[in-house]
Amino acid sequence: MGRIPRDYLINRLITLVLTILIAATIIWIIPRLSPVDPAEIALGRMAAGAGSVANSEEILAQLRANMGIDQPLIVQYLKYISGALVFDFGLSTAAFPTPVSTLILNALPWTLGLMILSLLITFFIGNLLGALMVWERSPKLVKVAIPAAMVFTSIPPILSGLLLMWIFAAKLQWFPLTGAYSIFVEPGWNWAFVQSVISHGFLPALSIVVVTFGFWALGMRGLMIGVQGEDYVKLAEAKGLKPRYILYRYMIRNAILPQITAFALKIGLLIAGQVLVERIFAYNGMGKLLYDAILNQDFPVIQGVSYVIILITALSVFMVDLLYPFIDPRIRHETA
Amino acid sequence: MSNYSTDDNTAEAVSPAPLTRAEKRQARRIRRFDNPWLNPKLMWGGGLLLAIIALGIIGRLIWDLDLVFTGSSTLKLPPVGFENLRGQPGVWANPLGTDGGGRDMLALIIIGAPNTLFVGLLASLIGMSIGIFLGFSAGFLGGRTDDVIRVGADVMITIPPLLILVVFQSAFGDVTLTMMALLIAGFVWQSPTRLIRAQVLSMKQSGYVQMAQLSGASTTHIMFREMLPNLVPYLFGSFIASVTTSIVTAVGLEVLGLGPQRIPTLGRTIYEAINAGALIQNLWWWWGIPTLLLAVMFIGLLLINLGLDEVSNPRLRKLS
Repeated sequence: MGRIPRDYLINRLITLVLTILIAATIIWIIPRLSPVDPAEIALGRMAAGAGSVANSEEILAQLRANMGIDQPLIVQYLKYISGALVFDFGLSTAAFPTPVSTLILNALPWTLGLMILSLLITFFIGNLLGALMVWERSPKLVKVAIPAAMVFTSIPPILSGLLLMWIFAAKLQWFPLTGAYSIFVEPGWNWAFVQSVISHGFLPALSIVVVTFGFWALGMRGLMIGVQGEDYVKLAEAKGLKPRYILYRYMIRNAILPQITAFALKIGLLIAGQVLVERIFAYNGMGKLLYDAILNQDFPVIQGVSYVIILITALSVFMVDLLYPFIDPRIRHETA
Repeated sequence: MSNYSTDDNTAEAVSPAPLTRAEKRQARRIRRFDNPWLNPKLMWGGGLLLAIIALGIIGRLIWDLDLVFTGSSTLKLPPVGFENLRGQPGVWANPLGTDGGGRDMLALIIIGAPNTLFVGLLASLIGMSIGIFLGFSAGFLGGRTDDVIRVGADVMITIPPLLILVVFQSAFGDVTLTMMALLIAGFVWQSPTRLIRAQVLSMKQSGYVQMAQLSGASTTHIMFREMLPNLVPYLFGSFIASVTTSIVTAVGLEVLGLGPQRIPTLGRTIYEAINAGALIQNLWWWWGIPTLLLAVMFIGLLLINLGLDEVSNPRLRKLS
């Protein structure tokens, strides 16, 4: 581990901690500036369920005590921050008394699974296509077709999701319309369930893939232009190495590295886009949890989901930054 | 390949032999790139965005905007030339059909599309101004100021704006368009700040800036008269990128049912269509028309961005 200078590591750690702390603080402050009283929302929900509520003043006081909002702000804040560190966001008000962390834990694997899968596919396809756009020997068709297809990659995944959903789920009915798995199969490690998960996940993943691969392809195109004229490529050609071998082992390998940094900068937007895709597909992930929480004004869940997603983003960026010198030995982190 | 890789304006060489068509096209291309700002991508992109603005302006003049109110027309009418599931044909009174609340789609997009663009432009104008100011300060002043701004931008760049804004809007309820733009502006200043800071740092070393310093020019003169003009292509690129981010964020909020509740926006129309089950009912025009308009908007922005890339990075021009 000697490659990363200590100063750089400390610097990055401070940024990471600051990011998480600031995000958590913003999320905490905002609802407190709002005139809406969560205890009254909870009471309203009880009244809606029961028809009428007696002793509403006492119940309000009790609810406030339960939620901890009768204490001084600084105590609330410290409690919240220390809770957030161990993923304790209190109890959901809509699905009372389920802890928020349970809801998030149920949703998280779906989101992470979809995200990692679609990211890997886009990263692979995008970089390969970007490289082929520049490569001299790639077929004409590639050089014409890819830039044309790339125009659609500026579209956010929610729009492509709607279109794919309409064509393949509503019209052709090749894939199910919503959900992460069929309600008729038992969740578990059996073939029917796995099959159901795959067919439900295909369209959400595809709608992310079709609109994000262009980002990587564009970046890769720019990088490949830089690599194309390098001496080591000319030498490899002069040595008579197979062109395909030169493309993969000499050109792409050297050009791809800055793409990994781009990845770190892009990941926040990608996650936000995926949250929306999950919402329109009613996919059982964080996006649906967030959307349901917004509908029910369930603040602890909204806070928890936002916090966890920001945490995932910050941690991914941190890890990419630290892994970078291991992937690219030319990089030495300067202690600026 | 090599005969038009001239990065300066010395594209000479008209061969004495009569030109083939391919060569003519190539020659045209060279001349076109004499002014890099006139490249086709930039023109097309700008044209698409202008078309949307024109839709908003001309539409307001010739179309009855009262049709945007709920119940002003028959519900769920298809566009002209199509038939809905109930067998009703489209009528010319509502050429693009109506939504589930009987609102005219044409009136909806005449009001909604410019609104969406407005949020994006306003948010990134504010974000860019903050970014230019902070980026120049950080790069030029250095020291403590630089540290604070750099760490601030690094911290904020990893926080996805959508999620903070979701928390904000679900706590506060309804917002106006301008308010939403202001909120989004709080999340699009980071990348311009970083970009400008990096550029300023490298420019500070360049000859002409040191020359200006030696000749006693004031700091503001160097910043805004000497350095800023050289940053223009980057600034435009960064501006377009943040317009895209702002619109994506705004549409995201609207699709989650947040954002302005009373003003028609493209995102909110999509939200209502999904919630009403427009996909299953085959009411494709309800969600399809706003989706198409947004797609046109994003493609326009992308083309502008690619065009600007060619302006600032002449190496890319060879390949288009």
